[in-house]
Amino acid sequence: MAHSHESNVKRIWTVFGLLSIITIVEVALGIVKPDFLFKTDLLKLNLLNWIFIILTVVKAYYIMWAFMHLEGEKANFRWTIVAPLVFLIIYLVFILLMEGNYVYDVFHGSHYKWIF
Amino acid sequence: MAATVTTTATTTGKTWGGGNEPMGASYGKMMMWFFIVSDALTFSGFLASYGFSRFKFIETWPIADEVFTHFPFLHGVDAPMYYVALMTFILIFSSVTMVLAVDAGHQMKKTKVAIYMLLTIVGGLIFLGSQAWEWKNFIKGEYGAVETKGGAILQFVDTDGKRVSIDAFAANIPSTRVQKTRSNGVWFEESNSLGEHSVEEVIAGFKANPDILIRTEWIKDKKKTVLSREESLARLQDAQIVVRGADLIRNEYGHKLFADFFFFITGFHGFHVFSGVVINIIIFFNVLLGTYEKRRSYEMVEKVGLYWHFVDLVWVFVFTFFYLV
Repeated sequence: MAHSHESNVKRIWTVFGLLSIITIVEVALGIVKPDFLFKTDLLKLNLLNWIFIILTVVKAYYIMWAFMHLEGEKANFRWTIVAPLVFLIIYLVFILLMEGNYVYDVFHGSHYKWIF
Repeated sequence: MAATVTTTATTTGKTWGGGNEPMGASYGKMMMWFFIVSDALTFSGFLASYGFSRFKFIETWPIADEVFTHFPFLHGVDAPMYYVALMTFILIFSSVTMVLAVDAGHQMKKTKVAIYMLLTIVGGLIFLGSQAWEWKNFIKGEYGAVETKGGAILQFVDTDGKRVSIDAFAANIPSTRVQKTRSNGVWFEESNSLGEHSVEEVIAGFKANPDILIRTEWIKDKKKTVLSREESLARLQDAQIVVRGADLIRNEYGHKLFADFFFFITGFHGFHVFSGVVINIIIFFNVLLGTYEKRRSYEMVEKVGLYWHFVDLVWVFVFTFFYLV
């Protein structure tokens, strides 16, 4: 086994603390919704949503690295798992969101009208 | 081991002779990881298609913190997201107890493993119960709305922009509405449930209450547009159906796809939690029976732990994309 048998209890509680703080920050931001973040757009998405997405990826990193113990696996095993996920998810999300936005433009700007 | 492989006859025997662990992971653990990778891609597909539909209807999509506002024992209090935040904590905490069980397993402490596994199972059950409660509120609905000929949802607000339930103003018109079923006729297939109020009652009640306005699905400056009284009365002429709560066909919150995605994504995740709890229970009893003690290895706990953390991981994303963004 790649990892030693010493106890990781301290690390586990640290990560739990981190995940909790991130979640509290997310919820607080979601309730307050500061205008300067909420109403400023970057690449068709407001800054608040960018913050949520980045914090979520940070959470995912800690869950996968600490709880699922990827940090203790061999590097080639780690990347066998992470690389396909990162590549395919970014690819899929990019394509679908571009397409969704295109369909929105068609609904919005072409002869199709919402007449009801 | 693997790094020293050459094609000589002696080492070939060693390489293929069994007991080899590519990438330093045992067979079971590696296969659990590969299952998780494929399942993660399935969930990404769902969430990406949610994103697709949302970008497609970006101007009319429901605003999540106006939909999920319930908290147990706080009836009528507007509590956006507190409850899902609590659910997130429950799941993260059960992930912590799971990883503590794995850790205790590495040190071969049977009692500790059992206690932490039990806590994980309890956490999973609490989460499932919370999700059932969330679904109940979502299905039951709170304010009600009407649907127009074109399928748009019209909600009701007072002059301050606060939501008004149709129960509060719908007139009571005596009628003999009858719910028809298939047994009533040869060609009759099905009809919508009659509900408590008819469209006529809602319209009559709306006309009798001058301080109620209609809120449309359209989002302007991050807020749903509220019509003026005259516009509201004109718009209400298109009303066809009174909508209460949510099902797979329509919902009072707005776009039809919103409820479909909600049921499908949280339902599929809830199903994962459920199967995770079942697997955890099986492993818990194996721990109690001393199966892994005899095996001198608690790797099985580690493998179900991977699955359990994955369920938590998916929830982190569902939480963000369904409730926050």
